[in-house]
Parts: sequence; structure tokens; C-alpha cells
Amino acid sequence: MAFDKMELRETEVWDGNFAAAQALRQAQVDVVAAYPITPSTPIVEGYAKFLADGYVEGEFVMVESEHAAMSGCIGAAAAGGRVATATSSQGFALMVETLYQASGMRLPIVLNVVNRALAAPLNVNGDHSDMYLGRDSGWIQLDAYSPQEAYDLNFIAFRVSEDHDVRLPAMVHQDGFMTSHTAQGVKTLDDDTAYGFIGDYKPMNDMLDFDHPVTHGVQTEEDWHFEHKARQHNDLMTKVFPKIQSAFDDFEKLTGRKYNIVESYDMDDADVTVICMGTSVETAREVAKEMRAKGIKAGVVGIRVFRPFPFEQIKEALKGVKAIAVLDRSAPGGTPGAMFNEIAGALYNTEDRALLSGYIYGLGGRDLTKAHLVDLYTELQANVDAGKVTTPLQQFIGVRGPKLAFL
Amino acid sequence: MQNNGWDEFEIGAMLRSFDGEVKDLATTLQEDRNYSKSNSFTASVADWRIEKPVFNKDFCIDCQFCWIYCPDISIISRDKKMIGIDMDHCKGCGICVEVCPTNPKSLLMFPEQADEETELAGWPEKDKEEK
Repeated sequence: MAFDKMELRETEVWDGNFAAAQALRQAQVDVVAAYPITPSTPIVEGYAKFLADGYVEGEFVMVESEHAAMSGCIGAAAAGGRVATATSSQGFALMVETLYQASGMRLPIVLNVVNRALAAPLNVNGDHSDMYLGRDSGWIQLDAYSPQEAYDLNFIAFRVSEDHDVRLPAMVHQDGFMTSHTAQGVKTLDDDTAYGFIGDYKPMNDMLDFDHPVTHGVQTEEDWHFEHKARQHNDLMTKVFPKIQSAFDDFEKLTGRKYNIVESYDMDDADVTVICMGTSVETAREVAKEMRAKGIKAGVVGIRVFRPFPFEQIKEALKGVKAIAVLDRSAPGGTPGAMFNEIAGALYNTEDRALLSGYIYGLGGRDLTKAHLVDLYTELQANVDAGKVTTPLQQFIGVRGPKLAFL
Repeated sequence: MQNNGWDEFEIGAMLRSFDGEVKDLATTLQEDRNYSKSNSFTASVADWRIEKPVFNKDFCIDCQFCWIYCPDISIISRDKKMIGIDMDHCKGCGICVEVCPTNPKSLLMFPEQADEETELAGWPEKDKEEK
């Protein structure tokens, strides 16, 4: 079966979903098993259309649920194919059981997660609840802040995930609607260059190698389970970052677009900084520049790789900063925000332990406005001036009603 | 299996069925296959059994019903002749006895501790059909 190549302009106007779909086409994904859900639907729909139109050589498997979608991906990956799918929110939640199977079986699958709130109340808009739900699943999690990044990070994900030293599945996250449905200019790679960056899929222990039969998905009890999980964690902690870094380096050589495990903006001399993910990073960058015009040395740190968590890179990025706000876009459910806790863990044993405060924002697609961020940076500067955190450690921003703050 | 450390096995929840490469597996008899230690064929489950089947070849007509119906591939048949039972993998379910069509049956269940010679010597007579 042959397929046609697609002529792309140097810059195309794509939303995040179509950018991801184009990346799946250019990666020549062998199998997509999918159960489409808003706002990620156009990704798998796009792949299916490319397949039907003869632009990709592969299989689209229509299944009866997201649990089945990821199960189909696991089967196809174990069989020895390049595999991807997409989901959001409730669908992601239904996938969770199989996410752990995929990572434990060390199968390289790329899952595009278009971040959306988790019910109840039902909500189709963007927040990071589903991304946080996946944080212990043993997957690599990359976060895109724009359609361009959603496109680029898919290539990074395939390359790192399929590496025989890694063999761990990877999620590429983008914000529901704010990225997935917002069309922007996306600089493209031509089909051959894109495919060449990832390379041919190299099977490992694949079930279709009939001369070397294998059983995938075995059961182990107290005698072996711990060793498998330890191995998986070791590989996440030690092998993934060097591979991501080398993929970022090669990608920069190829395209000129530079990615970092932790993104730093205006951080060289920053006193106060905001740490966040997704589209909020771009808003914060704009506000930080405006704060600098007002004399506040503001910076922004964006998490590009959420899992494995960039513990050392975070410490490095935050050196010399005096006050830090961690923004969590997920209902914390009775504890400080997850990222707040992790940043606190990274900084606790450092020399210059900065003043750290946490903010919960943007649930269910509530906008994070520039005004919110101006207030936030002003609070951080007040903390610096006072030499202590002057506010509660956890504040809600952008929610109606009396001021909500804890801790 | 050896209790290897976390860095001493192949990644993935994956086990190999055979050591090395295999060719023409379908035409290779079980005793000639190079099963790996992680293959269940190399593990005995004989202690799961509380009753065992005893085979009496005097009455067997080699119909192969037991071979077809055994859920654990524990009936050993060569050249379409029933030659015995794989007692490492037989779990004593008794299906082979149920499906045996001869009169008397060529397979009967006895307690695991029963002596095979004694039971063969006292094998039941042919059932007379009542007219």
C-alpha cells in the first residue's frame, strides 16, 4: 500500500488539534485506536481523514470506549507498530487503568491529551485536571503552550518514547480550546524531514516476531512486581531527560526552534516569578514584561516536561529568585496544588529557599486575565519587600464570591 | 526462576516462551521444544490435583476424544495413538474420563494417592446393557 505526500506551505494556519493530526500523519502512525471526545476529536478525525484520502499507511480502529481505545493501542504497540491516539477529560479518566498497563509494559505510545476539566459539573473547557490525573501513571508528559508546540512536541514524543533505552509511552498535552481550537501560524516540516527526524519504527520484543514468541502483560506478585516498578522508575528518572535533551538539540538544529525541559523567560535577574503550564505561560510572559516596565523584576518559568518531573532543572531555573508563585490549574482536592508541592519539594533543601506561595486558577476554562497576573506579581513583590509570605499559601484567583484562601 | 535484581531482566511485563529462536513450532513435538524457564510448560502443577486419571490401554480405541477435550494439553498422543498423561500439567478435572466412549471406560479417576497397578488390576467389567 502506497501513500501520497502532502505539500505544505512553510507556514500554515492551524489550530492545535490539526497541528497534532498533521504530526501523526507525518509520523506515518501505523495504528490509531480512538474514541473521540471534545475537545480532542479533530486529532483522530484528522488522522482518519488522511488515512481515507491515502496520505498515510495505517489502520484506524473504531472502538467502544476510551478504555478500549488505549487497550487497542497497547495491543498494536505490543504487536510492533507505531501507535498514537488522542483524548480529553472523562475519556482520559476512563483510560487511566490502561495507561498504567502501557507504561508498565514499556510500550511506546503517543497520546495527545487536549486538557479539559473533569466532571462534575460536566465541563468541556480547558484546565489541567486530566493532565494531573495522569501524573503517577509512569508516562512521559510534555506540555505544549501553542499549536506550533503541539506540532513540534509530537515529533519529540515519538522519538523519545520509541528509543530502545526508554520504551515508555508519552503524552503531549495542549490546552483545550485555547490551544486546540485557536488557529495560529505554524511553521511546518516537509513530510520527509519530519519522518526523518523520528526515523523508521524499530520493533522490540514485538509479538509479530514469530521466531521469538513473547508473552506481554504478565502477572507478578510480591516476588517480582517491585523490581519491575523500580526499573520503570529508574528509567524514567535517569534515561528520559538525556534523550529529551538530545531530541530538543537535534530539533533545534533542524528547525531553529529551541525547547527546554524547563522554560525560563526573563529569569536572568528576576526577583519574582510565576511558574505555570499551558497557555497561561504566554499570558504570564506578556505581563512579566509589563511589570518590568513598572520596575518589578518579573520572570516566568514554564514546565515543558511535567513527567518525569524536572527536579534539578527547576532548582537551577529558580536560583536567586526571591518570591515564587506556583499556579495549579486543577482542583487540589484537599491539599495544596500538586505542582506547588513538587516545587516546594525541589526547593526545600536549597540554600536560597525562596518565598513560595500557591494559586489555584482557571478551573473549567475560567480565563486567567492579565489583571490577575498583575495582582499576583504585585503580591509577590510585597512578599519580597516584607521578607516573608504575606498571604495565605493557597489562594484561589478568578473565582466569584468572598476571597477564598487556605493554609 | 532466579530472583534477579531490578536491573537484571528485560524491560516490560514480558516473558519469552522459548530460549533462542524457534522455527516450525507447529511441527515440533513438545519434548523437542526449547521451552524457557519462564514458560509454564517447565513448571509442574501436579500438586493442584486431588484426583488423578488412570489410563487403561486395554480398552482404548484411540478415538482421541480425551486428547481433543483436555483443557491443559495433558493427553500425550503420538501418531494418533494415546500413550499416556502428562502428570506435571494434568489438574485432575476429569473431563477425559467424562468424554471417554469405551465400555468400560479407558480412563477413570482415582484419589491422587491410589496405586496405579492395583487400580488397573481391579478395573471394572464391561457394563451389560439391560434388555
